[in-house]
Amino acid sequence: MTQTLGRIGAMFLRYLYLHKRSLPRTFEIILWPVMELLVWGYVSMYLRSLSQNSLLNVTSSLINAMIFWDILYRSQQGVSISFVEDIWTQNILNLLISPLKIWEWIAAAILYGIVKILIIVTILSLIVASLFHLNWISNLSFYLLPLSFNLLLFGWALGIFTAALMIRWGHAAEALIWGIPFLIQPLAAVFYPLSVLPPWLQPVSKALSATYVFEGMRSVIHTGRMDAAFFFIPLSLNAAYLVLASFFFQWMYEKSRLTGRLGRLGMD
Amino acid sequence: MESLVAAKNICKIYPDTQALDNLSLTLKRGEILGLLGPNGAGKTTAIHIFLGLLTPTSGEVSVFGLSPLKYRHAISQRLNFSSAYAQLPSNLKVMENLAIFSKLYDVKNHKNKIDALLKLFEITYLKNRLTGALSAGEKTRLNLCKCLLNDPELLLLDEPTASLDPEMADTVRKILKNIQKERAIGILYTSHNMPEVEEICDRILFINEGKTIAEGTPKEVLRDFESKTLEQVFIRIVRSGDLISGKAQ
Repeated sequence: MTQTLGRIGAMFLRYLYLHKRSLPRTFEIILWPVMELLVWGYVSMYLRSLSQNSLLNVTSSLINAMIFWDILYRSQQGVSISFVEDIWTQNILNLLISPLKIWEWIAAAILYGIVKILIIVTILSLIVASLFHLNWISNLSFYLLPLSFNLLLFGWALGIFTAALMIRWGHAAEALIWGIPFLIQPLAAVFYPLSVLPPWLQPVSKALSATYVFEGMRSVIHTGRMDAAFFFIPLSLNAAYLVLASFFFQWMYEKSRLTGRLGRLGMD
Repeated sequence: MESLVAAKNICKIYPDTQALDNLSLTLKRGEILGLLGPNGAGKTTAIHIFLGLLTPTSGEVSVFGLSPLKYRHAISQRLNFSSAYAQLPSNLKVMENLAIFSKLYDVKNHKNKIDALLKLFEITYLKNRLTGALSAGEKTRLNLCKCLLNDPELLLLDEPTASLDPEMADTVRKILKNIQKERAIGILYTSHNMPEVEEICDRILFINEGKTIAEGTPKEVLRDFESKTLEQVFIRIVRSGDLISGKAQ
């Protein structure tokens, strides 16, 4: 019995040690449940404020929002997972010493991400149409492409940002790759309008390009039209985010080269 | 003869340790230089600096006459690297992995090239097998195939025969020696197998705690240390550290 307790204690310690040296792992315990609670808390607040008539539109906007969220999430994952994959398989050194340029690597990851998104969106659309009798593509008509385009851009900027964290901190930053989109979710007004958020949080939300896309999507569903600002504001923000994410990546790459992390990626 | 790698007084200082302390070396075309030392001596640090993966704290480094930090892309086309820490993706087949790297290095007629390399390292039978299913020795030989895909002028090999049985290690050494002679390529070679180093290296450089302890042909180093084997030299260097450096140099 004492030996069993000793072994359980040893394994408990093994998990505890991971937290000692990894802030992201510790974040994981608190941050993600809090973020999830915020999302569904605000969704509930939003639904409570609606009349019976407008509930019909909300159900379709929730499904659209879910598919749109998937586009954003997959585009971010497409970029960052390609880096993680090569760290996991210890192939990263082979790539880093090859003639492959970083932007070529990102371009390939983006291309692969687009193919995956097209497959996923097609499958989701078929399921939505057959099970829920909703044609979300025709609901959004020609607004679908500009809205999706902005989500892709934002996802790529996030992907480059999270890949930069991996380049700098290796496995220790892995949790952020999966978690950062969910950190953004409650702020980006995915499932509820911006007005549901408390006034002090709205400026933060407005700094995220995804917020305008989801607002635009709801506008199309409720009114059949969308203001051009819902395309151009996120487009400008995305251009800025992509530039900033690229600089951040370059900075982290140089930092990693200075600390020796770059050569040790995949080893620890 | 042209210097493929030239390092002058390179230092690498981390917050808690100094990995390299004024290391200088040159590797000429057609030469095999053994970079030797105990674990943690600074061998991998030096290789990472030559590959442009690590910024030195001070000193000058050039590979093919260019800075590896500024001209990584131009340099990378002309060199290759193999290490126990760099593996090819285990979830891809041998042929798929080599095809991908052929494209990255823009290898013409890559199918013929891959076939020839697999034959050279006696692993043709693994062509359609998943890389993850290979033994350690087979993976090492596969890594060497990847290394030679682009006909490099410079090879950086970090313990290339570590997981090979004696017979295969001998075969690999012979292959490398032949390639070095035929194409006059430069090879920077690290190994803890001292008889192997004596056999394959034209020159050796012993380092310990980031400092150069001894340099010369294997015969010169043996003479300087009044030893019969490099293994004895290695043990003396590790046990005596800096005490020897004054005498030997």
